[in-house]
Parts: sequence; structure tokens; C-alpha cells
Amino acid sequence: MSSDENKFTPYMRKDRLPHIFCPGCGNGTIMNAFLKGMEKAEMDFDNIAMVSGIGCSSRIPGYMNCDSLHTTHGRALSFATGLKTANKSLDVVVFTGDGDCASIGGNHLIHAARRNINLTVICINNNIYGMTGGQISPTSPKGSFGTTAPYGNQDTPFNLAELVAAAGATYSARWTTIQIENLVTSIKDGLKNPGFSFIEVVTQCPTYYGRKNKLRTPTAMVAIMKANTIFKSSADRMRERDLEGKIVVGEFAKKQKAEFTENIERISEEKFGNKTVINSAYETEL
Amino acid sequence: MSQEFFIQGNEACAKGALRAGCRFFAGYPITPSTEVAETLARELPKVGGSFVQMEDEIASVGAIIGGSWGGTKSMTATSGPGLSLMQENIGYAFISETPIVIVDVQRGSPSTGQPTMAAQGDMMQARWGSHGDYEPIALSPSSVQEFFDFTIKAFNLAEQFRTPVFVMADEIIGHMREKIVVEDDIEIIPRQMPEDKDNYLPFKNVENGTNPMPAFGEGFNIHVTGLTHDERGYPDTNDPETHNDLVQRLCDKVLNNCDKICSVKSKSCEDADIIIISYGAPVRSAIEAVSVARSEGKKVGYIKLDTPWPFPEEEIKNLSSNASDIIVAEMNLGQMYYEVDRVLPNDVNIHLIGKIGGLMPTPDEILSKINEIGGN
Repeated sequence: MSSDENKFTPYMRKDRLPHIFCPGCGNGTIMNAFLKGMEKAEMDFDNIAMVSGIGCSSRIPGYMNCDSLHTTHGRALSFATGLKTANKSLDVVVFTGDGDCASIGGNHLIHAARRNINLTVICINNNIYGMTGGQISPTSPKGSFGTTAPYGNQDTPFNLAELVAAAGATYSARWTTIQIENLVTSIKDGLKNPGFSFIEVVTQCPTYYGRKNKLRTPTAMVAIMKANTIFKSSADRMRERDLEGKIVVGEFAKKQKAEFTENIERISEEKFGNKTVINSAYETEL
Repeated sequence: MSQEFFIQGNEACAKGALRAGCRFFAGYPITPSTEVAETLARELPKVGGSFVQMEDEIASVGAIIGGSWGGTKSMTATSGPGLSLMQENIGYAFISETPIVIVDVQRGSPSTGQPTMAAQGDMMQARWGSHGDYEPIALSPSSVQEFFDFTIKAFNLAEQFRTPVFVMADEIIGHMREKIVVEDDIEIIPRQMPEDKDNYLPFKNVENGTNPMPAFGEGFNIHVTGLTHDERGYPDTNDPETHNDLVQRLCDKVLNNCDKICSVKSKSCEDADIIIISYGAPVRSAIEAVSVARSEGKKVGYIKLDTPWPFPEEEIKNLSSNASDIIVAEMNLGQMYYEVDRVLPNDVNIHLIGKIGGLMPTPDEILSKINEIGGN
């Protein structure tokens, strides 16, 4: 390893660098935290397949040196459901964003959680549409500004980590790009959880969210995120109106439940004595 | 030893899929295609396959594309409203060169239309439904036997050309029951795993052949994207040449192989003055009409389009070179009629029997059109 190489560079497609992310974007921090969590979970990186939708966060798998499926807007979880079902020995990781998975892909999100299919979803929530230039998203705070909310957003944002927990995920957590060690631990736990794991990472988008909301520098954005962060253990004792505009971080679901692809195989095995076939497209005779 | 079954069209489709090696089905209930899903929900676990009822049709195509890259032959089945929802992801399957099979059992449309009645109103949706330029392959069965045979053929073509393939059935063929014969030796084309991990290019041009396709998890570390990409799969969205080369190559791999893909069947066309062109259920009436007309000494023949897409232009031109009149009989207001009109010379008269409402053109209706034209 040369001195200018990050210790995680071997996991990346070096021929695709430099990446397209803006200066001050949280995506680099999150990639770093992902790889740290992946190593801590002692995962075999060669067995990881990544799936993503459309948006800045969904570009991450394209920089990782593993099989990666960069799909259509909002649909990453449906592609991932097919991939995992076809070959459940793969460790399937989904990178998505707030617009991708909570707006256009909201239905797939709650159904993937309901099925408790063994996927690890890293949802990078920057509260705005970055790739298309700063429109409000389903997680934009009330009163925040975007190019499509020039007079301030009037809609109530989704509480994603809670939504996904309520929909049936066996692991759900939220952190920001400030609580890196907690984030790394959650990624590790999410990867090891044999069910649907959802890790929401609230992050800064200085280019669009910051510019539209008078938080022009990454440090100004990080400072405001830090000031608004409340740990779940404290938030649980607070009134709802006092939590408006706050970022509650912590774990929202951590439980065990039968997993979707295991259920499919169990039926095949119990009723017909068959394991789920893998790579059968390559067989002449089945 | 061949086997015989007396089954429904949709069941024959499911049976064909299993025979072709389909081990993953993802779909959403919709009349009149649901028996395909129901049959596979019952049968796939018996062979170690997986069935998933998805939350909608958008997710269904997403799931089968994921399933295909997961190393499994994958299929979905739907009807018009579902096919409309699937279009964006079908375009993704084209640009990412993912073999999948989409079965459409057509019903009265537009919109919710006539869920339990037959139609052929989705033919142009199969052709142009997704955005952008692409060349689809579609097969249209006109019997329960063909629904079985064409589903297998669809899987083979999907693998051969690494592309989505449509089976454009209709409610009549989906719900009718007929005898089918299943032969022992049916050609099944398996997928080829590439060999050289270091130099493999997943999206390179392969003349006269198929670029092998790895499954995820086999160490090829490939990137698959719906963005315009180079032969490695890396996005390259601003270079006009890359985009032109990619889209042109994807179209050419179908257009340059029309001779291998296109299939028509015909009868009595050599000396025919009048030729009936049809596909799907209306073929049955065309066959009867030709038989009656011939018994009356009229010079009438028929052409049956097994593959409406790519449009079998050359085959139609050759078979109808002596005809003065063409009758296109279909269950829509003239979707394939305009295609026939486009390819035949101006001095040939093209007539449409475009019947909507849920019933197919009858032999009598075709015979009266023949008489009206003045066949002798």
C-alpha cells in the first residue's frame, strides 16, 4: 500500500476514481464507516453484492469493487429482493437515499421490511434531492427551503427509522455523520442481523441543503446537526412537541423473526425435500 | 416418450417456464394472467425454485432482473395495466442486457378496461412502451400448445440475445383448455459463465454469438447500471459516441439476427390474391376462413405472426408478393395493421378487421371481408 492510499482503497474500483461527490458531502464518511463496520463484522467482502437506486447515495456501489447493481429510481429494494431470493448465500447491501427509498420507493421499503428479507440497507438521508439540484424530499424538515419549496416546506417529514421498525424490520437505527463509532457498530450489527436491517444516516449536503438554508459550509451543517441531535434514551422521556426539528439517534428495532428467503427454502425442504437451487440458469438439465 | 396434457393456456405457460429452467417468478395478481402465478406458486417449491408475490408490477420486474443477475432464469406474468407499470424497469433490462421473460395475457383496454375479456391492445406497448430506442422480441401464441412452446422459446431467445423477451398472449389463449404434447427432447439454452475473470467485459460487442453473463457472487465484480455505460459497465453519460455505440449495438443485436428470431407460419399464400395476416387467438379464425374460402375455390391464404417483434418484414413481403389484398385481423383498432401497411408496396390494398370489445374476429367476419373485396 503506497502512502497516499487509504486502508480501504483495496475495496474500491480505483479505475473509477475520482468520485463525483461534492466537497463536504457526507458520502465519503459513510463509505468509510461502512467498510469499518464490514471489517468489524468479519464479512467476506467478496461475498457482498451491492444494489442501489438513483441519487447521490446510490452512486456509492459503483465505486466499490464488488458486484453492483445500480438500478432505477426508488426500486433498489425490489431488485435486491430478487437478487437475494435467487441466491440467498450472497450478502446483499443496499445504498439508497431519502428521496429514493422514502418517496418514489416508499412502497418497496415497507414491504421489504414487512418480509424481513435479509438485506442491509444504508439510507443516506440528506433531507433533500441532491442529484437533481435541491428539491425538498419526504424527510425535509418543516420550514426548510428547497428549490421546490421557495417559501418553506409545509409538509411533515417521515421518521424513517421508526417507519421501518413499525413495518417489521428486525434491525433499525439512526445516526448522523457525527456519531461515527455508533454508526460503525450499527453497520456491523445490521450486516450480522439475519433479517431486514435499516441504518439511516442523517448527513450534510452543503451544496444544496446548506445553500438553500443558510448553512453554506460543511462545518456549519455539522454544527447544527450536532446541536439538534438527541439520543433515543433521552428522547423517550420527552414530549413530542419538544422533539420537533430534533434528530433522534439510536436503535429503533432489534429483534428476531423468521427471515423471508429462509421461509421459502423451509417450505421447499419440508414439503418436497429440496434446497433452493442456486445458479440454475447455467444448467442444461434441471 | 412424449407426454400429453389437457390444460389451460396459463397453466401451459407456467409448465413451459419450468421446462425452460425458470426457477424464479415474481409477480402481482392481475386478471386474466393470474393462473400463471398461481401455478408457479404451487410448482416452483417442488423444484427448488422461488416464488414471490411482490407489492406491485414495478417491483415484479425489478425482482426478476435481480433474480436473473443472481444466476436464475426469471419470469413475470401480467396484463395490460401491469405491463404499463413495468415499462421503466423493462427499459432497464434492455440497457443492462438482462435476460428475463415477461408474459402479457392481454385484456380489454385502455385503463382497467375489460379485465375478463380478450384483446390485443398491448402490441405497441410491447414495442414502444419504455422510453428510448430499443428492439424488443415478442412471441404471440395462438393455441395452448404454442403458449407452452413459445414460453420455452422466449427463455431461449432471452439467453441467446441477453435481452428481455415478451410473450404476448391474450385472454382467449390464456383461459382456453386444449391438449398439449410435451416432447422429451426440447432444446433448452443454458446461460454461459464467462471464464477469464481478469479480462471479462460484460457489455462488449459480440458478433454472431452471446456475450457470456456471470452471476453475482462468482468473483467477476461487475457493475450493472441503467446509465449509458462503456463495455466494462462504467457510466459514461456525456460522450455522444458511447451512447450511440451502446444503443445502436443493442438494437443491432436483434435487427441483425432477424433471420434467426423472426418466425411466421403460412398456408396457401403462393397463388393467393388475398392474404389474411393475424397473430394470437384470431389466427384460429383466419385458418378456418382460408379453409372455407379455398373450398369455395377462392385464392386466399394466411400468414401467422409467431413473432410480431421484431416485425417479420421480409417474410411478409416475400409471402405476399403475388397478393393484391391483405386483411389484417386483430383484437385492437389496427396496431399491427399499420406495420403491415408500412412494409408493403402502395399498390397492395390493406384492409383491417380490428375488433375490440372482448371477442375475436370470427371466420364469418373474415369471409365477408373476403367477399366484400371480391375474392375469386
